[in-house]
Order: sequence, then structure tokens, then C-alpha cells
Amino acid sequence: MDLSFSENDIAFRDEVRSYLADNLPTAMTEAVRKGGELTKEMMEDWHVILQRKGWLATIWPKEYGGPGWTPVQRHIFEEECCRAYAPRIVPFGLNMLGPVLIEFGTQAQKDYYLPRILSGEDWWCQGYSEPGAGSDLASLKTRAVRDGDHWVINGQKTWTTLGQHADKIFCLCRTDAEAKQQQGISFILVDMNTPGIEVRPIRLIEGGHEVNEVFFTDVRVPVENLVGEENKGWTIAKFLLTHERTGIAGVGFSMQSLEEVKALARKMRRGGKRLIDDPLFAARIAQAEVDLEAMKITNLRMLFKAQQQGAPGPETSILKIKGTVIHQELKDLARRALGPVAAPFPGYLAEGNIMFGPDGTEHNAARYFNNRKTSIFGGSNEIQRNILSKAALEL
Amino acid sequence: MDFNLTEDRQMLADSLNRYLGDKYPVEHRNAVAYDLPCHDDGKWAELAELGALFALSPESAGGFGGTGFDIAVVFEALGRTLCPEPMLGAAMAARILTALQLDQEALLSGAAKYAVALAEVDAPYDLQAMECSAVAQGDGHVLTGRKTSVYGGQVADIFLVAAMLDGAPALFEVQAAAAQVVGYPMMDGAGAAELLLDGTPAQLLAANAGAIISDAVNAGIVALCAEAVGVMDVVHATTVDYLKTRKQFGVPIGKFQVLQHRAVDMLTEIEQARSITIKAASELGGPQAGRFASMAKNMIGRAGRLVAEEAIQMHGGIAMTWEYPVSHYAKRLVMLDAQLGDTDYHLSRIMADLAA
Repeated sequence: MDLSFSENDIAFRDEVRSYLADNLPTAMTEAVRKGGELTKEMMEDWHVILQRKGWLATIWPKEYGGPGWTPVQRHIFEEECCRAYAPRIVPFGLNMLGPVLIEFGTQAQKDYYLPRILSGEDWWCQGYSEPGAGSDLASLKTRAVRDGDHWVINGQKTWTTLGQHADKIFCLCRTDAEAKQQQGISFILVDMNTPGIEVRPIRLIEGGHEVNEVFFTDVRVPVENLVGEENKGWTIAKFLLTHERTGIAGVGFSMQSLEEVKALARKMRRGGKRLIDDPLFAARIAQAEVDLEAMKITNLRMLFKAQQQGAPGPETSILKIKGTVIHQELKDLARRALGPVAAPFPGYLAEGNIMFGPDGTEHNAARYFNNRKTSIFGGSNEIQRNILSKAALEL
Repeated sequence: MDFNLTEDRQMLADSLNRYLGDKYPVEHRNAVAYDLPCHDDGKWAELAELGALFALSPESAGGFGGTGFDIAVVFEALGRTLCPEPMLGAAMAARILTALQLDQEALLSGAAKYAVALAEVDAPYDLQAMECSAVAQGDGHVLTGRKTSVYGGQVADIFLVAAMLDGAPALFEVQAAAAQVVGYPMMDGAGAAELLLDGTPAQLLAANAGAIISDAVNAGIVALCAEAVGVMDVVHATTVDYLKTRKQFGVPIGKFQVLQHRAVDMLTEIEQARSITIKAASELGGPQAGRFASMAKNMIGRAGRLVAEEAIQMHGGIAMTWEYPVSHYAKRLVMLDAQLGDTDYHLSRIMADLAA
């Protein structure tokens, strides 16, 4: 047992830290700190800064332009990015489609798409969920029918994150309506500029525009846009699930949130003393801190296991279940620390005239509501429990 | 970073698990527990031969371990079989004797049993304002006061006692024969004693011993947390087995999603508890030891109670019986919270850090 990082890992951490210190613009960190929506330009600029150093496609092998990091290095990188309040890397092209093409794509697909992901030329989004297929993804109905050299796609995708910025979308489509659910699905790449595609915004609970509906009406896609074999798309979807799991515990974000809550509770006053000296509130912070300290180690244990065994096991669902709940609790505490000061609707007071609360914390109610999503997306926490029940407990 | 046990510790864990599984099965355990002396002298000697005691101290003090991880290995094994032997007192005493560079051969060989007397009846977790006090007399000191919940005290040969001397906590050695010792079995089956001191002769080991006492408590907490992890692993595995075999409404009850999810929630809390215990073990002896010991004990208190109560509930009536082992495991988990500071006590210690 040894919980410390190796000398190499510490040297790597220092390198990441100093690169971020030198290259991460203050405007970006301020935007992240405030917690509002980032502009498309900001996200793209951040990608360019990382790509300059070769640190953008963090999970790609070296030969395809990735940095060739170990899981521990990736963890350190993610933690340092959170510590520095860097924007998140937009995952759809880099962390999701990239690994899929590397594993399942043809040489031509790799040669064409991978460099365009790295350069930022293509912004990808994910076409998985449908109005009738959420947790039960395999019941999806969007149809792709072969017509000569084309697939003709009809249907509707939803919860398409940042689809409003996207040039391309990777979709799970039903290509065999007769086969058993999982066996008739294919993985198809679609250009968002193809006629017949319509993107409609979904306004979320806090008022923000993060996700979209994407409608497909007789959308004609060249046959070579199929990835892997026809009707084997479910294999790819399952493969992707393992890649979606990097940083699934969100420990770095929770550490950010904890520091934020502590700072707020030191500034706000209640009953004539600092909020942090109020035993009820302090107990809530302390409890969340204990849970987070344990989560840090649980995360490292799983990372260590993944590094030893080559792939993450079903226990990583624990990271999702517990990690999201801890983060949500911290967001709740931030909102509660501010009380009514967190209430103004975002945008009304922040832009221009007056600031509410200490240091632009007026987004805290919005962030609380927005973060209710984390226990729902990426396989809801109930689906994670089903996975653990079956795979870890064999019930 | 490495979360595997070293080869030596793995061997110790394997041999203790094997020995306790074979020689200290639950039938024997229940025969030893709940009745004085709550102790099997022959098994104690055999545990000592296997190195369970030597693992508690570093080589410089005559042992072969002494780190948080060594302590954790021993106690996790004890937890798995619910072994009631007075190992906690040995672990804490070894810590004190090591800090004071005192001879501990008798302790490590198993020849003498030690218990550490800290708690008092009105304020069992509070070690700053004890009522038990010492006065100098002749060449030594005498102690007066009552020490409570002295784990393993019912069979101890030697007590290490905390008492106030000149306004600060000090540590003394008291021979069992010199004091009035009232032993009793506890709700979870292990033994303890009340130590009644009334001008009892004592040998001063250390004045101003606050830091040494804290370190011993931190070590005791690592021991208890590791023991709880061992207990929880067994309770969870037993519960999951039961879900697979018990049929109601024509199906194994583990087919019901409501029970599946609760079994998963138990697993999640156990893994979190294991993680924070590893952290506390790794920090033992360092500047953050108290903080992480408190975090571990806080989480173990919560997880332990959840696992105990859920195991009973999910088993149903059978786990309410004396005959079914889960009932004894559940009692240990719940009662362990009250040893060396409960979940609320340790939360308030972490809160004190926040206010700083």
C-alpha cells in the first residue's frame, strides 16, 4: 500500500501545473468560476491551447496524436485542470468518437476524421437518446434504411448536448427492425448540414441552452459513413460506455465545489457569526468533505485496478453513483449558503449593473438545478445500480 | 501508487484468515463471547505465534510491523470472524510503549495482556478534562478515580492509565493485581472492565502525555475501522447469498429490484468506508493522522450502522435470532461506533478544522 504518486507522476503533475499557469487565459478561468455557460469560441480556444502541447486527445494512443498517458497521468491531468478552473474538454469527438474510430473505423475513416477532430474542424455531437429510449437505449426507433449508396435516416434524437454548435453527429440507428433489439442497431456518422436535419433547442430547468432535439427527415447519408459492421452498433455503444468512464467520479469538480462552499460560508454571516461557525451548516460541509475524501481514494483504487487489469470493471459504477451525489450535495450547500442571494435569475443582474453575492456567485441556484442532471445522464444512477447488481453481486 | 498489500502483509492476512476461519468459527466465538472472561487463552497464544501481536510494533521495538497498514491487516482479519480477543488494548498499548521506548516483549509475545484505560463514565470520549487524578507518593504515584469501558480490561495483567497530573493528562502503569477490576461482557460479546482506583499505586510513564494518548487513539481508530471493514464484508456477502437463496412469491428475493439496489448501496458505502480506512492507515503517525482518523471513524459509524440495519431488514426475522450469525455481526458493527468516539463526535472534530 502506497497512496503517494511516483516521482515521475509528480514531475508530470508539476509540468501540467506550470503549463496551465502559463497558458490558461484568465478570462476562461473567470468564466468557469462563475459557472455560467461558456461560449463556443472559448471552448474552441481552449482546445487549441491544449493541442499545441499535444494534450487534447488525452485518451488516444500516441500513434494517432494522443499523448500516450497512463490512467494515472490522465487522472492527474484532469485533477489539475479542475484545480486551475480550466474549461472542460468537449468530449464528443475527442473522448467518445475518437476511440470508437480507432477501435472500429476503417483506415479511410481514421485518416479523414481523426485529424479533423484534433484540429477542431469538426465539432461532434452524440445521437443516442430518443424521446422513447432513455435508460432503455436499445429500444431506439430512429431508422436507417439502405437505398443504393445511401442510408436514409428518419427519426428523432434528443438530449443532444451542444448540438447547436455541432458540424457532425454520430448516431445509433435501427437498421434491422426484425432482429432482437440490440442486434439491429448500427453506428452511423452524419453531417449536420445534410438536408432533412433540424436542430431545436431544449431549454433546461435553469433556463440554459445546453441540449437539443435533432430531427431526421429522409436524411441521405453515404454508405461509407457506417462505422464497424452493419447491425453491430450495440457493441460500439457498449465499448463507448467504458470510455465515458474516465473521470466519472468528478472528484476534481467536487473539490472545486467544496472550496467554493467553504469560501462562501466564511463570507456569509448568520446569527451574528460566520456561517461556517454555525454548527448545523458546518456539519453539512464536514460530512460532504468526509465523503469526498473517501471518494478520492475510491477513485484512485479503481484507477489502480484499471491500470493493472487494462480496463475498468463494473465497480466503476460506484464512482458514478457516489461521485454525482457528493457533487450535487455540494452544489446544494453553495445554494443554501447564499440563501436569497442566489435567487436572481441568471443574466438579469450579472451582466452590467450590479453583482449579487460575493464575487459573482449569483449563478449558484442555476448550478444547483443544472447539476441535477448528473445523476440522470450517462446511465442514470438507478441503471448503475442495475449494472452493479448484475455484474458485481450476480443477483 | 500501489493498493496491493506487500507480500509480507498479504501472508500475514492469509495466515490469520485461515487460522481464525478454522479455529475460531462462529460457534466457538459465541461460546467464548458474552461470558467472562470473553477470552480463550490457548487461541490467544496461537494468534501471538502467528504474529498478530508482533505486527503491532515496529522492528525497533521488537515487532515486525507497526504501521497503520500492519494494524489494519490484523484487525480486518479479526473482524471477519468477529474475534472477541482483547487485541485493541494490545494495539494501543504497543503504540504507547513504542513511543516511550519501553520494553514490550511481554506484550508482543502474548505473555502479558495490556489494556489502555482512557474513558470516564460521564465523558467517555473526552480526554482533556479527566477526573481521575494522580498524586506523588513516596517513590511513585497513586491514582484515584474510575476508568470506564476499558476494552480487554477483564483479562488484563497491566493497565496503561490516563490520569491528570499537575493539570495535564499523564500516563501511568497500574498492575491489575493492585486495582479493583470489575469485568463484564459487552452487548457485542467482547469483554471490558471498569477500573476502580482509590489511592492505587501507579508508575508514571509519561507526564504531559496528550500527544502520545492521541496517537494511541488514532491507532485504535485505524484498528476499529479495519475491523469494521472486515465485519461489513462478511455481512454483505452473507446478505447477498441470502438474497440468492431465500425464495418468496416463487422467486429468489434477490430478483426484486428494491432489494438489489439496497444491496448495491451497502456495497457502495462499504467501498467508501474501506477507502477512508486506507487513508487513515496511511496517515497514522503523521501530522494529519487525527483528522483522517476522525474522517474514517465518522464514515465507519455511518456505514456500519447502515450495513447492520439493512442486513437485518433484508434477511427478515432470521437475522433477529441469536442462532443466525448475522445478528452477532450486526451488534458488533453498531456497538463499534461507540468506541473511541462515535460518528457525531468525530464529525465535530472535523468541523473544528473548518472554523480555523
